[in-house]
Amino acid sequence: MTDTLRRPAATTRTPSLRSRRHRLTPAARARRVLFYLLVLAIAAFLLFPIYWAAKTAVAPDQEIYATPATYLPRHFTLQHFNNALSDPRFLRSIVNSLIVGASVTAIALLLGAFAAYALGRLAFRGRSLMRYVILAMSIFPQIAILGSLYKLLTATHLYNTLPALVGTYLIFILPFTVWTMTSFFQQLPKELEEAAYIDGASAMQTFWRVMMPLAAPGLAATAILAVIAAWNEYLFALSFESDSSNWTVPVMISNVGAQSSAYTIPWGDEMAASLVVMIPVIALVLVLQRWIVAGLTGGSVKG
Amino acid sequence: MSAKPLDLGGRQARLAWLLMAPSMAVIAVVALYPAVTTVYRSFTNDTFGGGSSWIGLDNYAKLLHDTAFRSATWVTIEFTVFTVTVEAVLGMILALTLHTAFAGRGVMRALLLVPFAIINVISASIWKLMFNQSYGVFNDLLVDKLHLASQPIDFFGTRTMALLSVSAIDVWKTTPFVALLLLAGLQSIPADTLEAAQVDGAGAVRRFFSITLPQLRPALLVAVVFRTLDALRVFDVFFVLFGARADTTTMSIYIEQNIVDFGKAGYGSAISVVTMLIIAVFVAFYVSLNARASR
Repeated sequence: MTDTLRRPAATTRTPSLRSRRHRLTPAARARRVLFYLLVLAIAAFLLFPIYWAAKTAVAPDQEIYATPATYLPRHFTLQHFNNALSDPRFLRSIVNSLIVGASVTAIALLLGAFAAYALGRLAFRGRSLMRYVILAMSIFPQIAILGSLYKLLTATHLYNTLPALVGTYLIFILPFTVWTMTSFFQQLPKELEEAAYIDGASAMQTFWRVMMPLAAPGLAATAILAVIAAWNEYLFALSFESDSSNWTVPVMISNVGAQSSAYTIPWGDEMAASLVVMIPVIALVLVLQRWIVAGLTGGSVKG
Repeated sequence: MSAKPLDLGGRQARLAWLLMAPSMAVIAVVALYPAVTTVYRSFTNDTFGGGSSWIGLDNYAKLLHDTAFRSATWVTIEFTVFTVTVEAVLGMILALTLHTAFAGRGVMRALLLVPFAIINVISASIWKLMFNQSYGVFNDLLVDKLHLASQPIDFFGTRTMALLSVSAIDVWKTTPFVALLLLAGLQSIPADTLEAAQVDGAGAVRRFFSITLPQLRPALLVAVVFRTLDALRVFDVFFVLFGARADTTTMSIYIEQNIVDFGKAGYGSAISVVTMLIIAVFVAFYVSLNARASR
């Protein structure tokens, strides 16, 4: 498959590609078919669970629990979506997740941008040490400080409040934000910054007026990744929120299944609720894919 | 540096520390302070609500003979080694495939982000549905459609089956991340090196092992390190699938149980410290591996 490595895109040179395809030997053609089968298998691997969740969400109960399984829904119902969206606890958990995700992302981006600018653009002694500290923090196992956080939150009367999650999520979101944005700042051209200095701008003016606008795509990518990380968090949300009115989406969804016995799990409702929370995120990720890939890979490969 | 006159360098250094101060303060409060108190508390018999007194190494002595902790450690390590290996191999296959030019490559690369966008708890429950013994789709495929099994498989029945099933979920969720990192690495390999090798008569396999793989080593290492550290602290999938089931308790679940359910702050802290040490051993292993390979 590597012999097709540098083949120009099909759309740009269709005629020559077609004439080349006629000259394909049977072996090459077989390889090509196998290659597309591999691509198809990868697509199925990535998408089948999503399809199955969607199929379950729109199928009536008797089809969900039927054997043999139906691979296309025979009947279509919105009942499960109705059930999920009319459940005030579920809607409440979405609001909670949004509040926590937005707050922690806003705080992490603001504080993190300052630190990342220092680590990425300014020369000072101890810079590489501080970079290692940030990296070490971002791989730190949060579970290890669960007990101490529990004590800290109880002592400060933050236990069972949403700010408890905002504060504790900073443990993994802030270092990640600093790490990712440092790599974005490092990639910016030096000339603009120098020009600003020569024009008499102070360091803070350069930061706000020149560097921040240039780093905007990187900030956006980091923000999305931070929101997803906060949206995803389960352990702290499970441990620090005893009151169901403070539950976030993961705790809510896992509790739907846990409360019921194996035979009565309301799969249709659970999958409908899952779709409601995952479709917007998938859509957002696909729209912003270029920046997200840069955010995911930039901080680690170049670092 | 404060003795120097206000040159640009000194000013930059002062500004840098000023800019980092808020982040450092937050990290000190929410991470550093709890980490230090965790170590301290591991030498006490602290319980939530109860008193606390210094008991030296008693918690650690007890840990040595704690079969539940030993089991949790093995579950976690087996899960980590298995999933990281599978993810590295599968991720490489995905990356090489999607590095090739073909119609629809852009779409395929976008699809890589789909599992990543789904929260762990949801992906665990989707797979739990698919794994169901009586109406799950996997048993339907294996028994009714492909006739590979004579009767429905209990995917969570034995410890081994449960570990394999939970690993499948992790592989689905995170292989795309490995593939993305490797794809970024592949893009930095100059094409003429590979073309030159091809002209010299090196086959695809030879080209992969002599050129691609060595050049990909940094990206692969980063991916493997990130995945390993993530797998060692696994909590969500195991907890959603099995709850407090004894033979599938991971280190994280065991810590959570001791602290949240049993209120054993002292003992739970000792388990936390040992867990951190185990993770540190893995980090040290990778660092030495990297140092040896770059020599």
